[in-house]
Amino acid sequence: MIYFDNAATSWPKPPGVSEAMVRFLEEVGANPGRAAHGRAVEAGRIVYEAREAVCELFQAPDPLRVVWSKNVTEALNLALRGLLRSGDHVVTSSMEHNSVMRPLRALERRGVEVTVVQCSPQGVLDPAGVERAIRPHTRLVALNHGSNVVGTLLPVAEVGTICRQHGVLLLVDAAQTGGAYPINVQSDQIDLFGFTGHKSLGGPMGTGGLIVGERVNEREMEPLMRGGTGSHSEYELQPDFLPDVYESGTLNAVGLAGLQAGVRWVLEEGVDAIRAHEVALTRQLIEGLRSLPGVTVYGSLDAELQIATVSFNVTGIEPSEVGLRLDEEYGILCRVGLHCSPAAHKTIGTFPAGTVRFGLNGFNTMDEVESALAAVEELAREAQ
Amino acid sequence: MTERYAVILVYSTSYALRAEKLLSKAAIGTKLIPVPRHLSSNCGVCIRIAQPDCGAAQRTLQKAGLEIEGVHDI
Repeated sequence: MIYFDNAATSWPKPPGVSEAMVRFLEEVGANPGRAAHGRAVEAGRIVYEAREAVCELFQAPDPLRVVWSKNVTEALNLALRGLLRSGDHVVTSSMEHNSVMRPLRALERRGVEVTVVQCSPQGVLDPAGVERAIRPHTRLVALNHGSNVVGTLLPVAEVGTICRQHGVLLLVDAAQTGGAYPINVQSDQIDLFGFTGHKSLGGPMGTGGLIVGERVNEREMEPLMRGGTGSHSEYELQPDFLPDVYESGTLNAVGLAGLQAGVRWVLEEGVDAIRAHEVALTRQLIEGLRSLPGVTVYGSLDAELQIATVSFNVTGIEPSEVGLRLDEEYGILCRVGLHCSPAAHKTIGTFPAGTVRFGLNGFNTMDEVESALAAVEELAREAQ
Repeated sequence: MTERYAVILVYSTSYALRAEKLLSKAAIGTKLIPVPRHLSSNCGVCIRIAQPDCGAAQRTLQKAGLEIEGVHDI
């Protein structure tokens, strides 16, 4: 079996992740922040140290400004729905996932003005286009860092500089890049940084978060939920301090134990080393696919300008058929269709049929890429 | 002689854990204990330190920008 669906969720998980989760369930088990006995403090410590690990990876200065969520979608919803009010203007790109587009379209119906900056058919965003879209009432720019369809990297650091010059906040969706590409939220000037735990950070599903930068006033960003936080229990009003204001209800501590182990593994391996391996795999895959008659590859076609996610189509066979045959006849697991990103597919010209997507990561090998290329070659030859 | 203690109250368990780490780096001994009921109805923990360390502990936390809710001798 060849697992090429890492853009949806990574597999296998790094060594130590399952063990950390089993240890939590069997040896800790208590609710973090809800009591003061030793086990509860130990659970709280695991959750806190997961915040520290995330800060170390993304160079964020304050662990208390890491807010946990169940996934990056929830983190992005918190930022978008928490900050934007009727009369505000927000700028985004035409390569966004529905995790950004759907909340924005809903906000649009409530009086938020949305500008979508068009990217090139290769998925490339010109930062100057973002700057031109900024108006006096622009509150936020919301961008993905790496496309979940074609892997193209968006110039978030350049846009960060533009945002600071115009007094606008920058929200980055790092679902596809966190742990796979070097990120420094301070030097990249990212004010709100949404990440998922279950992709390149190596953690389990049900983990993610939002790093809230110093320029964001937590008193101006409404929580999505209110409830018990284990703090200020004498009051019926939600606490107004980070991270508690956004963390109502029991956290997924067992998941965060696994996430911490995943992030520690990424830190030990080094993002640069992981990235170098993924660039090599991506180059081999893109060049291999491009050499096959009847195969069209989308995106930048340059491994240095993208992450290890590659979309393609085979002339004469629907993407769904390609996916089914790769699974059943070759044991290659990938994802086909629109990948929850209709805007991105419209941008690259593959809407509504979609594409076949190979989502690689650092655990994949050049031999696996070679086998997958041979399989696609056979399918393409038969279809001609 | 029984040792005299003080407790530092902070907003939540996350703050207490951060404080514990900052103080341990500054070589100040700590123990996380339940918040004494007469000080607050908070259901979380606070940081117990030896009373003579009180000044140094507060300075360490303030320097790191960690907000303190209250300091009490117990």
